[in-house]
Amino acid sequence: MSIGLHNSAFKNPVIRWVDSRLPIFSMMQNEYGSFPTPKNFNYFWNFGALAMINLMIMIATGIFLAMHYTPHVTMAFDSVERIMRDVNYGWLFRYVHANGASMFFIVVYIHIWRGMYYGSYKAPRELLWMIGVVIFLLMMATAFMGYVLPWGQMSFWGATVITNLFSAFPVVGDSIVTLLWGGFSVDNPTLNRFFSLHYLLPFVIFGVVFLHVAALHITGSNNPLGIDPKGPQDTVPFHPYYTAKDSVGMVVYFIVFASLVFFAPNLLGDPANYIPANPLVTPTHIVPEWYFLPYYAILRAVPDKLGGVLLMFGSILVWFILPWLDTSPVRSMRFRPIAKWFLLLWGIAFGTLMYCGGKPPEGIYVVLSRVATLYYFAWFLVILPVLGRLERPLPLPESIAKPVLRGGGPLPAGAMTKPMEKA
Amino acid sequence: MFRSALRALALLGAMAAGPAVAPALAQDHAHEAEELPHTHFHFAGLFGTVDRSAAQRGFQVYKEVCSACHSMRLLSYRNLLELGLSDAEVRAIAATVTVNDGPNDEGQMFERPGRLSDHFRSPFANDQAARAALNGALPPDLSVITKAREEGPQYVHALLTGYSDPPPGMTMGGGMNYNRYFPGNQIAMTPPLREEGQVEYADGTKATVEQMAFDVVNFLQWAAEPEMEARKRMGVKWVLFLVILGGLAYATKRKIWANVPH
Ligand code: HEC
Ligand code: HEM
Repeated sequence: MSIGLHNSAFKNPVIRWVDSRLPIFSMMQNEYGSFPTPKNFNYFWNFGALAMINLMIMIATGIFLAMHYTPHVTMAFDSVERIMRDVNYGWLFRYVHANGASMFFIVVYIHIWRGMYYGSYKAPRELLWMIGVVIFLLMMATAFMGYVLPWGQMSFWGATVITNLFSAFPVVGDSIVTLLWGGFSVDNPTLNRFFSLHYLLPFVIFGVVFLHVAALHITGSNNPLGIDPKGPQDTVPFHPYYTAKDSVGMVVYFIVFASLVFFAPNLLGDPANYIPANPLVTPTHIVPEWYFLPYYAILRAVPDKLGGVLLMFGSILVWFILPWLDTSPVRSMRFRPIAKWFLLLWGIAFGTLMYCGGKPPEGIYVVLSRVATLYYFAWFLVILPVLGRLERPLPLPESIAKPVLRGGGPLPAGAMTKPMEKA
Repeated sequence: MFRSALRALALLGAMAAGPAVAPALAQDHAHEAEELPHTHFHFAGLFGTVDRSAAQRGFQVYKEVCSACHSMRLLSYRNLLELGLSDAEVRAIAATVTVNDGPNDEGQMFERPGRLSDHFRSPFANDQAARAALNGALPPDLSVITKAREEGPQYVHALLTGYSDPPPGMTMGGGMNYNRYFPGNQIAMTPPLREEGQVEYADGTKATVEQMAFDVVNFLQWAAEPEMEARKRMGVKWVLFLVILGGLAYATKRKIWANVPH
């Protein structure tokens, strides 16, 4: 590498001066301006950008909440209500933050599912996918600790149930729990360390997101056909094409977000969290936030505590090895006539688990949870590896540009007639 | 109506978001008790606002009946100004309570009449005192009660009007009262609203039990979500703005993509 100034293409003298010494403008231009992007994205490709925006919203609102929040067991609940009542627009910040967590998970779940359907985890994007799983785990930890902060009944009892899970591990279990609690029960030290970590983790997420995007810009984006772009006829520059398309998705996202915040701010929350935490009164049903319900169902589907905990963690850890479990040479499910249905069924199993997680662990719900758990793992560990070898994929189009020009490649009819993409 | 409108709205959102959230909406925290009767409240719906006269009457019910047992520690007297009471009225209400303050310059604690900035005075010094006075039962703080129960306003309204004699064969615990809508049907709260004319409304409204229950729920709902009107107003503006912005964004996107064969 030669020493000296970067050869900047910018004309504006000030930008040029900076860019020659620190080429951040060139970088932005390369990564978000002229970056060649497959031209056949559908709206599922909006969700990465949405997740990024969501993270920024969480950090921005969180910082303002933290200015008024008091992490002490005797004051936390009242301080949150004080934010709602006496801080200027405090209710707005709090409701955006609380519903923002739900929106974040909605967005990220769709983002992950998109990756599964279009095979975005496959070579060469394995590491990109794995970094994504790390982000998801960090998000879960952040959201879990955030939910403890308002110190309502569900905060307290959710924290108690979830931290207690670690005691299932032999030998080290109890020490882990003591460490999480900072004592011998969920109490003030727990609240303090959770607040500290809840403030820290989003910035860690930010760093990992940076790695995620950096890795993406090495491999380039996947696309609904799952085939690599063959040349300039297959791509468009990110700006203005995808900045424009992302803007459409962003507005729709904001409409959903605003509807929740302004018209149904407590719809996705549990009323019990408006009852101040009380260690002496156990709520009848301890349920986590909706986005954790599938894992909660898996946990309770297993009669053995340690087994349940392992399976619960395993249900996400298995995503790490997904790139190697899937043995099919084809990425997009559009060309996998059998696997497509099995994946759909997996989605239904996930939904079933979410449903059962919110129900008491008895009768039919346990049976359903067990069947769904079994299928959840069977899809990853049995169906995907085996099916990849047996299934005969449909013929792939020659290139991205080809099937798009009407009458091109041997594309199944359904793949072309997505009205949304026609725009 | 309001609930179903909300659910529909949320479902719409859920649909836009994929099937992920739908089950969570169906999540139930089953009250073992009866299904709630449905009352229409003025604050319901996307454009619902606070019925100020009902809420003011409701405050009177709270002050004269409920506040003997229930605190509302998150509210301050000054909040009553937002309910439409005049400055003089609110100052007079605040002045009826005695507040411990201090220390003063001599280091002494002293008593003084309440001010606008004081929080609502609690009937008991602490939970133990409340239990000691009420047969061991603890009346919950009512500041956010309508947010703290499933279908809060409907539930509280039903609870207040849901007392009756226990069905034959049911044995009641000592000091317990039968209530159709309380989970488990045995509640320690004696029926707080029992007879017509228990409070005397200044505006001449007939104080039936039903009316008092209705009014106090209007008050409690306002107390739980004092930001509601501002929130909905802002929401309407945001959604209108976003819909227009969405149209523009979509038109722009079409224009930009018009020359790309795809
Ligand atoms: C004589 C004291 C007393 C009065 C007066 C009183 N309550 Fe209660 N209230 C209680 C007690 C005690 C409980 C706790 C009941 C239990 O947990 O069994 C309670 C519980 C409640 C609950 C919670 C029920 C639940 O789901 O847990 C509500 C709501 C309530 N009261 C509303 C009111 C309203 C509104 C008024 C005024 C119209 C009122 N109360 C007047 C003593 C009182
Ligand atoms: C990854 C991003 C984040 C997620 C997923 C998240 C999630 C949550 C959740 C679920 C709650 C509980 C909401 C409630 O019911 O009240 C919460 C509360 C809170 N969060 Fe965050 N958060 C994030 C980022 C941040 C950041 C960056 C800060 C501070 C700088 C912050 C500060 C707070 C505070 C002070 C509360 C307590 C107030 C309240 O309960 O409303 N959060 N968070």
